[in-house]
Amino acid sequence: MFLIPCPWCGERDEEEFSYGGEAHIERPKDPDALSDAEWADYLFMRKNPKGTHFERWNHAHGCRRWFNAKRDTVTHVIEAVYKMGEEKP
Amino acid sequence: MTSRYSIFSLMRNAIGYHQGWQRAWRSPEPKPSYDAIIIGGGGHGLATAYYLAKEHGITNVAVIEKGWIGGGNTGRNTTIIRSNYLWDESARLYDKSLRLYEGLSQEINFNVMLSQRGVLNLAHNLHDLREISRRVNAIRLNGFDSEMLTTEQVQAMVPILDCSKDARYPVLGASLQKRGGVARHDGVAWGYARAADGYGVDIIQNCEVTGIVREGGKVTGVETTRGLINAPKVGIVTAGHTSHVAAMAGLRLPIESYPLQAMVSEPIKPVLDCVVMSGAVHAYISQSDRGEMVMGAGIDHFTSYAQRSTLAVVEQQMAAVIKLIPILSRLRLMRQWAGIVDTCPDASPIVSKTPVDGLYVNGGWGTGGFKGTPGSGWVFAHTMARDEPHELNAPFTLDRFTTGALIDEHGAAAVAH
Repeated sequence: MFLIPCPWCGERDEEEFSYGGEAHIERPKDPDALSDAEWADYLFMRKNPKGTHFERWNHAHGCRRWFNAKRDTVTHVIEAVYKMGEEKP
Repeated sequence: MTSRYSIFSLMRNAIGYHQGWQRAWRSPEPKPSYDAIIIGGGGHGLATAYYLAKEHGITNVAVIEKGWIGGGNTGRNTTIIRSNYLWDESARLYDKSLRLYEGLSQEINFNVMLSQRGVLNLAHNLHDLREISRRVNAIRLNGFDSEMLTTEQVQAMVPILDCSKDARYPVLGASLQKRGGVARHDGVAWGYARAADGYGVDIIQNCEVTGIVREGGKVTGVETTRGLINAPKVGIVTAGHTSHVAAMAGLRLPIESYPLQAMVSEPIKPVLDCVVMSGAVHAYISQSDRGEMVMGAGIDHFTSYAQRSTLAVVEQQMAAVIKLIPILSRLRLMRQWAGIVDTCPDASPIVSKTPVDGLYVNGGWGTGGFKGTPGSGWVFAHTMARDEPHELNAPFTLDRFTTGALIDEHGAAAVAH
């Protein structure tokens, strides 16, 4: 069973969570100034690393709050969880 | 060229107690340079090498595989072949693939065990029914085969399916593509490997690419665990690892890698002679020649490179399958596994040139790669040989994410990818 440590609720079963994809993708501050290539990069291009990944999770069937996790995409070991807005570890 | 397989070669070898069979392809040492290198010895990579040699006369080619041939997604899929896609671009590409499959066993002198037993896509609610009807009409307008079945027709075709009125997933109808079916996935990889080898292509296994060498924006070769190999053209055909390999050349791709899980039951007598797919519950079911029920799930809900099955998905999958086909409830699972699929935001592949001269990428096939194998190799060989896409894969460029000309097959295809 894959347990995910919610920063508010503690360890819970993976089925309580929904996945939010890569974290720390900042919304463009001046959207009008963006070129098509910059839009493509913001909307579609992803790091998709084999190894350490910083990503967003939502405890959808729990406290319903979002948080970030640092997870290894090969072993699934979650090395850290941290709240939205906090610096990545 | 290895000897031709035939009834006569079978008889000749039978007389020699089957001691005389030769290996189906060589295992050469890598040469210092080639005219083209394919990274990835799965079905798509081997097909690319074969069509480079056959269609374009480029035989000084190496296929570099980090593991063994067909040990990745080629040997992990549920072997379903179909071309019932909604959008014109997809329908043409996948039907090219299906047509190549239809003549493949004869062409490459290797039985890929293509069985065009028909693929059903079930409608469980009114919306499904409308969506499937629309798709059937679109496919027919493109000139490909597809038809609608009523609940009674579905029940007659698949007696074990729960088509009762109070079923958990009521069957309101289905689309049928009769030319769809299954093939032997290993056979496809082995057949293409043997045929490409016959043209002189070097298949180099247990050799991992660790770097892509470039000079002045142009590719010149690859670093591998067995040394530097030079080539003016390099094609990346590494499925779930497409982002990982492309990053070696500094490319960022619109791809995320997810596990896709499948499982087989213990073997039973024949009960299912077609392929049953349900997009709503993400299940695809067929029966193998050995009698095992082969069942595929939808992709996992978070990205991963772990080729492992998980309890959460198996449980969810089985819950849905036994509601569709109740007689399967007492079967035990024999094996379960996962492959890593490279998904694009629009659920369509990228078969394209890249900003690096001489570097080409063929990936993003997501959950639909096996059916695309021959067509993928055919158009990618054209793209690499001519340095421009064939009209069939011209829409499937990397540029489409910048121009906005996406080919949005999410939900449009038979199963949401």
